[in-house]
Amino acid sequence: MNIQRLKGSQIIIETLIEQGVTHIFGYPGGQVLQIYDQLYRNQARITHVLTAHEQGAAHAADGYARATGKVGVVLATSGPGATNLTTGLAAAMMDSVPVVAITGNVPTYFIGKDSFQEINTIGITMPITKHNFYVTDIRKLADTIREAFRIAKSGRPGPVLVDIPSDVQAAEADFKSWYEVAPFQEEYAPETEIRKAVELINAAKKPYIYVGGGAGSRNLGRKIMALADRIDACIGSTFMGTSCIPDSCERFLGMQGMHGRYASTKANWDADLIIGIGVRFSDRATGNREAYVAGKSIIQIDPDFSEINKNINVDVGLIGDISFSVTRILESVDKAEHPAWMAQVEAYKEEGRRLQDEMEKAADNPFTPKKLYDAINEMKTPETIVTTDVGQHQMWAAQYLEFERTRKFLSSGGLGAMGYGLGAAIGAYLATGIKPIMITGDGSFSMNLIELATAVTYKVPVVIVLLNNHSLGMVRQLQVVYCGSRYSATLPDRQTDFCMVAKGYGAEAERVTDLEGFKAALGRAMASDKPYVVEAMIDTWELVLPMLPNGGTIDDLITAKEGRQ
Amino acid sequence: MRSVVAIYVENNFGVLTRVAGMFMRKGFNIDTLSVGETEDPRYSRITVTFDGDDYGRGFLLKQLGKLHEVKQVKLMRTDNNIEREHMLVKVRNTTESRAELKKAADLYHAAIVDFNPDVICVEVSGEPSIMEEFLDRMKPLGIVEMCRSGIICIDCAGNIFDAV
Repeated sequence: MNIQRLKGSQIIIETLIEQGVTHIFGYPGGQVLQIYDQLYRNQARITHVLTAHEQGAAHAADGYARATGKVGVVLATSGPGATNLTTGLAAAMMDSVPVVAITGNVPTYFIGKDSFQEINTIGITMPITKHNFYVTDIRKLADTIREAFRIAKSGRPGPVLVDIPSDVQAAEADFKSWYEVAPFQEEYAPETEIRKAVELINAAKKPYIYVGGGAGSRNLGRKIMALADRIDACIGSTFMGTSCIPDSCERFLGMQGMHGRYASTKANWDADLIIGIGVRFSDRATGNREAYVAGKSIIQIDPDFSEINKNINVDVGLIGDISFSVTRILESVDKAEHPAWMAQVEAYKEEGRRLQDEMEKAADNPFTPKKLYDAINEMKTPETIVTTDVGQHQMWAAQYLEFERTRKFLSSGGLGAMGYGLGAAIGAYLATGIKPIMITGDGSFSMNLIELATAVTYKVPVVIVLLNNHSLGMVRQLQVVYCGSRYSATLPDRQTDFCMVAKGYGAEAERVTDLEGFKAALGRAMASDKPYVVEAMIDTWELVLPMLPNGGTIDDLITAKEGRQ
Repeated sequence: MRSVVAIYVENNFGVLTRVAGMFMRKGFNIDTLSVGETEDPRYSRITVTFDGDDYGRGFLLKQLGKLHEVKQVKLMRTDNNIEREHMLVKVRNTTESRAELKKAADLYHAAIVDFNPDVICVEVSGEPSIMEEFLDRMKPLGIVEMCRSGIICIDCAGNIFDAV
């Protein structure tokens, strides 16, 4: 065994390299000085990516992880470095993304004295990480970082933070090069429960397979399509399930829920059996929970035992490796045909198309979001990774964008963190080398556009489609529904010239006001090897429809704009 | 419904914060809490009583079970177990209180552990409901200060918990 005497900072770098880390996103500071010194000395072995803000670094590590399935790593200093990470960690936590965050802290002998840039990072990040560690013993440093990676990846993935005081970084210990430890032992659903699920499926007349982020992160698309074929079911997804099932699949109805596609939401409510795979039946997905479960059987397949019966009561919960459960069901169910159900689903699809057409016709401005997204669909390849920020543009992206491959749609679903997209696009590009498209709005983009600096420095040829409606549109839409169209703080009179700002950062930018102009600009942006902002001026008053209001039932579904707001 | 839960945790820095924090994060109030090392010094046993319906209880116990340093979560049965609480109660030292205290001490197996001209301190332990009774008797004497250990609980038979 190869044993070396190394400093803590060296052990950190060696352990990260040993874990297969190629990129580390971060921002330097006083309490990570030693680690940065080691990054400098090891630049040939591991690439550090300097972001403009620690939040951007956390989102980049998250995007790196979502695009590849590997663990993303972010590094920040103590105090403000750590507090700036929190939104990024919370976003990764809510969407179950494997991220390891390393933070420096003041030396152990300064802890608790309100030292400069001291903050209780462990306390702050406890509820927004899967687990966190405070390392005071240099001898435990390497194994703690290894354990952090293991926890981040295992079962239901999530972020893990390791807080390391700077005197521990400077201390020395024996470092043993690592043996591959036994991988995380997956749980498997017992055969008796599988049997129960199979019986429910065999008895169903209107089955609906409901795919979430958990299915996407295990690449279960093909298996799920095979199951749908066998039991003649339609497939819908949660927001996080977007891009798990190819949109070319006839059975796939798209996202369901609060802003789901019409057919998917209708079929989901109408179904007599929901097979939920890696979903948590969140409030945005179900609306009124009592009404949602009435007259349905529900099977929930999830690696996290605490998800079963958390939001709604299910008939069968299959806990453990979801790939195993789906495979066992596929092997065991009877082949079935449900022509009446399929005809009904087809009718829902037809009605959805009709409503969409009507909406397009009724639009005040012919440059509608639907047309804009259709143009993106034409221009992007099956490999293109799309990231978004949060708001109307995000929901339209989930409704209108079409995907053929998994891990191609990266967005902050659970937390809904505005400002997620640009960092994520940078992380995804550096991990894969695939040119990303980031879709944002004027509100979201204003939050983290500082990462344009990062994109320019690291030559990330991200295409930024900025839907500018001069409004914080999603909240404004909520105000239409809940506040009698009193637009409190959602129509800011900002004079930001986003093109000038982008150019100031060294990116390319242009502004368009119609579809033809947009297509041409998008073409130029896709061909460019620089970050490229296409600012599309869209109608302020557009709404994301359909909309199932908070806690509503399918009868409350809003499908058309009512008059001028 | 009042529930008693025993949580086995690794004896690590900050573990109590994680466990107590989970009650707070999921919207539960801790009524009593006691912590101590177990037969295996690597682990501590945290005993918590809290109020919650069936759904809330199941939900919370699963969330506790997900914490990395939590090794086992046991919902204690409501029967066939031993629940105890320990109290130290200081009451005013008067002629009347001394007489009453003597009676109560005999009845509740309490011991006078400190005696001075102003106050008497009495130590007592037993079932939580009996402790309430004891306190009811002490109140008229004028309780100056008191402290309670929080409930601890162990089951009578071997391994018959509803483990989560």
